[in-house]
Amino acid sequence: MDAEILWFGWFRADIIQEYAELFWTGLRMTVGVTVVCILQGTLLGLVIGLARLADARHAVAKTACRVLLRWPATVYVSFFRGTPLFVQILLMHFAVVPLFLNPADGWLISGDLARDLRQDYGALITGIVSLTLNSAAYISEIFRAGIQSIDRGQMEAARSLGLSHARAMYHVVLPQAFRRMLPPLGNNAIALLKDSSLVSAVGLAELAYAARTVAGAYSRYWEPYLTISVMYWLLTLGLAWGVRHLEARYGRGDSR
Amino acid sequence: MGAAIRVEHLSKRFGRLEVLRDVSCAVAEGEVVCIIGPSGSGKSTLLRCMNGLEEASSGQVFVHGVAVHDRATDLDTVRREIGMVFQRFNLFPHKTVLENITLAPGLLRGLTAAEARERAEALLAKVGVLEKRDAWPNQLSGGQQQRVAIARALAMQPKIMLFDEPTSSLDPEMVGEVLAVMQALAEEGMTMAVVTHEMGFARRVADRVLFLDEGRLLESGTPAEVFAQPRHERTRQFLSRVL
Ligand SMILES: Nc1ncnc2c1ncn2[C@@H]1O[C@H](COP(=O)(O)OP(=O)(O)O)[C@@H](O)[C@H]1O
Ligand SMILES: [Mg+2]
Repeated sequence: MDAEILWFGWFRADIIQEYAELFWTGLRMTVGVTVVCILQGTLLGLVIGLARLADARHAVAKTACRVLLRWPATVYVSFFRGTPLFVQILLMHFAVVPLFLNPADGWLISGDLARDLRQDYGALITGIVSLTLNSAAYISEIFRAGIQSIDRGQMEAARSLGLSHARAMYHVVLPQAFRRMLPPLGNNAIALLKDSSLVSAVGLAELAYAARTVAGAYSRYWEPYLTISVMYWLLTLGLAWGVRHLEARYGRGDSR
Repeated sequence: MGAAIRVEHLSKRFGRLEVLRDVSCAVAEGEVVCIIGPSGSGKSTLLRCMNGLEEASSGQVFVHGVAVHDRATDLDTVRREIGMVFQRFNLFPHKTVLENITLAPGLLRGLTAAEARERAEALLAKVGVLEKRDAWPNQLSGGQQQRVAIARALAMQPKIMLFDEPTSSLDPEMVGEVLAVMQALAEEGMTMAVVTHEMGFARRVADRVLFLDEGRLLESGTPAEVFAQPRHERTRQFLSRVL
């Protein structure tokens, strides 16, 4: 034990140095999973949010919209917001993924490929799928609230010019809704970044997993957990700064 | 025949509320029709049924012979030919004045960016707000916003213009500039249906005045007829309050 790198006599920086590679890998995994899940969750969330608002003129299409789009979307959102993410991750890892990837009889992939995939990428697949599905539920609510907050007159003005519903949405309503959605989307991204630590429970080698490994090896807790705390904190501060920057940039011209 | 807009036995209910009751009227090609009546009498609803923003509960609405009330009709195509101006302007706040005007023609009339811009600038000059072309809507006065909204509707080169109380949310000193633009449009021969409380404008510009009361069409005649010799007591009462 090198006495020079003992801070205040209790923080052994050498442990962090020794495992720097592991923390670095973990950081990249955390950031990578977060970015991928934000992007996928935003796309899926937009689809689900629009599904919850789906409506039509014709009576038959109206019923179809309700039964095929609005109800499933509502149940989806209710489930993913109404159950703990941790439980969703466990369910995904030990029940849902084995259903789709199974050496014996996978719904999607069977045989050796399924075994290898689960061995090498099981935790990653679980992490990306659970976090995407979960954040999509929250993001769809942000989209829905954002779209509903835009004055009805905007859609009517666009439609009165002859724009289709889809084009009015795309050119007029969504760009305005997006501005209002930036702050809650930013909060959601920060929550997702932090929640990605839960996937360490099924063995995804991200930041929290790195800390747990180090803690286990040395039976020291301040060093690894304080280190990743600072790393998470810097990441969330960076995200918050980025969101504020976007708001300043896209906030122009918005009256009301 | 030759009617730009024909409304036949139109009724409209919102739930149990009957907003329009068996309204029949027509706007001829090149005609300016002003729709007057107390607040809540169904004027906006009548106008909005003309371009399908509201759906008729029963009855028929034809625009240039096309059945707007028919669910099989492609309303997007019909609406390209009908401009609409709203009480609260409804400019797109995230687009500049110029972008507000070029959006629809660019998408729907196949204009190049340069052509759309040229047309927009000509219209802005016409309504007198050319110098604001690069401003954001919230940087304009109410009167300027409404004139931009008129230019936006005209950029689609519609054959009919609908106005829903275009001056009702303006400060008094700005009413004149918007009415002047509308009057110029009427003099060029535009077919117009105008919901308004500006009786002076109706008297001066309208070919015909419709009076709506509790969802019923009570009067339809020249301004002289309706203002000087209303047939119904309700009309007399209304006019005595607003004139
Ligand atoms: N979308 C709607 N849903 C329910 N009621 C409505 C709706 N639009 C208008 N109304 C009601 O219909 C009546 C007539 O409205 P409107 O046509 O706007 O009258 P006006 O333009 O003459 O003031 C009012 O009582 C109004 O509250
Ligand atoms: Mg009205």
